[in-house]
Amino acid sequence: MKLSKKSLVAFFVVLIAICVALFYFSDFGFKKLATQSETDSAVSSSDTVKIGVYLPVTGGNAIGGQLELDGVRLAHKEAPTVLGKNVEIVFVDNKSDKVEAANAVKRLVNKDKVNAIIGTYGSSLAMAGGEVAESAGIPMVGTSCTNPLVTMGKKYVFRVCFIDPFQGAGAAAFAKEELNAQTAACLIEVTEDYSVGLASFFERSFTENGGTIVAKLNYQKGDQDFTAQLTEIISKNPDVLYIPANFAEGAIIMRQARELGANFNILGGDAMDNPEIVKIGGDSVEGFSYTTFAYAPEMPNMSPIATKFTENWKEAHPDKDPNALTACGYDSYMLILDAIKRANSDEPEKITEALAATENFPGVTGNTTINDSHDAEKSVGIMQIKDGERIFLTVVEPK
Amino acid sequence: MSFDMLIQHIFNALTLGSLYGLIAIGYTMVYGILRLINFAHGDIFMISAYFVFFLITLLKLPWIVAVILAIAATAFLGVLVDRIAYRPLREAPRISALISAIGVSFFIENICLVLFSGVPKPMPRLNMLVTVIQFGNIRILPLAIFVPIISFLLVAALLWMLYKTPPGLAMRAISEDIEATRLMGVKVDRIIALTFGLGSALAAAAGIMWALRYPQIHPFMGVFPGFKAFIAAVLGGIGSVQGAMIGGLLLGFIEIMIIAFFPELSGYRDAFAFVLLIMILFVKPTGLLGEKLEDKI
Repeated sequence: MKLSKKSLVAFFVVLIAICVALFYFSDFGFKKLATQSETDSAVSSSDTVKIGVYLPVTGGNAIGGQLELDGVRLAHKEAPTVLGKNVEIVFVDNKSDKVEAANAVKRLVNKDKVNAIIGTYGSSLAMAGGEVAESAGIPMVGTSCTNPLVTMGKKYVFRVCFIDPFQGAGAAAFAKEELNAQTAACLIEVTEDYSVGLASFFERSFTENGGTIVAKLNYQKGDQDFTAQLTEIISKNPDVLYIPANFAEGAIIMRQARELGANFNILGGDAMDNPEIVKIGGDSVEGFSYTTFAYAPEMPNMSPIATKFTENWKEAHPDKDPNALTACGYDSYMLILDAIKRANSDEPEKITEALAATENFPGVTGNTTINDSHDAEKSVGIMQIKDGERIFLTVVEPK
Repeated sequence: MSFDMLIQHIFNALTLGSLYGLIAIGYTMVYGILRLINFAHGDIFMISAYFVFFLITLLKLPWIVAVILAIAATAFLGVLVDRIAYRPLREAPRISALISAIGVSFFIENICLVLFSGVPKPMPRLNMLVTVIQFGNIRILPLAIFVPIISFLLVAALLWMLYKTPPGLAMRAISEDIEATRLMGVKVDRIIALTFGLGSALAAAAGIMWALRYPQIHPFMGVFPGFKAFIAAVLGGIGSVQGAMIGGLLLGFIEIMIIAFFPELSGYRDAFAFVLLIMILFVKPTGLLGEKLEDKI
């Protein structure tokens, strides 16, 4: 078919029209709309402080979202007022969907005119929602979204949990302080961001605190044989071996390490938190320690805040146990309230400034400091395999 | 590097290499007779590990019975795959059979994913084979000695069968000229089914030992070992049974020694291992023990 000149021109006109329309309805057009609503919300908030919450309570992430929502509600019950005003929770279900998450935040900003936003479980949802909160200039506190991209380059987006790689610093603190390790080796899955990120945080923190990394070896996804790397590591005789691996590879690595005669301590990250590692690794995973969020209802030496949280939870929900996710939901509400108190204002701009300046805020999941990238630097929990069971060993403060 | 370490590395390489070799024998046998690269070989290998797992954990059978039953069941599965997926394509261009093989491979992987889920299952331990023996600083799994011995026995048995028995003669005849063999009154399809049965039994033997060495079973566990073994078979000269074993051992040694001598390259071991392999193939394009053939895929 041959196109005439006329129809070609018409085609381009239509194409350009579509582009213009898309552009107008996209985030850019929305930004103009949002700036308008920001001034509105500052004026309209007089006797109540509105905190918007968007979490998934339906869809694939529903379980995690519900746990966090329960945590937020418990916190609201405990602290229903701030600066003499009532706090109102406005909840929107983001249905475990990125588009719904963005729409949920748009609704909270434009219709409900909230002062701050909590959410969400699931990093991809938080990225979609964070984009909207950022352009609207409303502070948002992520609950358990651990992907570094969520807060990257954002002025108004924070999170109450640590990013994945930060666990590496926790493992290093545990190795230095609790195990008195002077030398360490790393075995890294070089094709996995998670593994590389944790290892670099571990290395930085371990060497800054006077330790030495004596060996750093890699492997690739799908590898099953680690004997060559482990023989090399064993010959360097480190005090600890750090393996930020997935549980399947991790269990095999430990098994091969013990078969080759390794007797050093082995540490890992939260990707190892799976009952299967005991079945696959058998005796060789005994004594293995890994990092996780610093809250579990069965943890020893609980902080007063965590104790209070656990008691209040059991009173409100006698039928189910709290966990780290409910604690994250609880902490994000309390963190925002703390920021409002310190700012002595409920204006979004002032709350944002106060959130960024958060230092040593005592939360259920540990003392929280918001760093330059708006991620929480806080206590890290250490779990250990003992007699084939996973137990909560202790909490460490990474430096 | 200390002497102890070198010996330790050699034993590590021997274990890995002989496992590659054992899988490679199955590839090379089917290829030698049918000129077909049986891409489902790695998945047959995976199924055998599941068979042993279920026979031992669910039916509580003793090891020796479970292993024999699993090998028999896997051999039967191999024959079945041939009957359903390859035999109807015997007269079709070779590339069609190759595509069918890839289809079978994906089918088996995904059916296992549905039936057994993607969560790795722990292989039961056979203490006799996986309890470490120690000589000074050198630690060896009995498996490291057992696998090469089994492999060499299997190679010997295969060679005996190929060169000293009537079915072996028929197999070699088919590999020369399938039509002429049929005219001589040989039941060609039956001999080919036997080939697939034997190839799959070898894959089963390898799968069970692999799972003992790396004790987690999942639907994709056959993919990487399958690739590596295929490469080992090509390296040794595809079609040659001894060549497959030598190719497997060579690949195992290269992979381990690259890390042993250049620890900083450990993340790129496959890249360097395969550059070496390509260089070997430049010098000997038909593989180490390969014969010149006119039409290879």
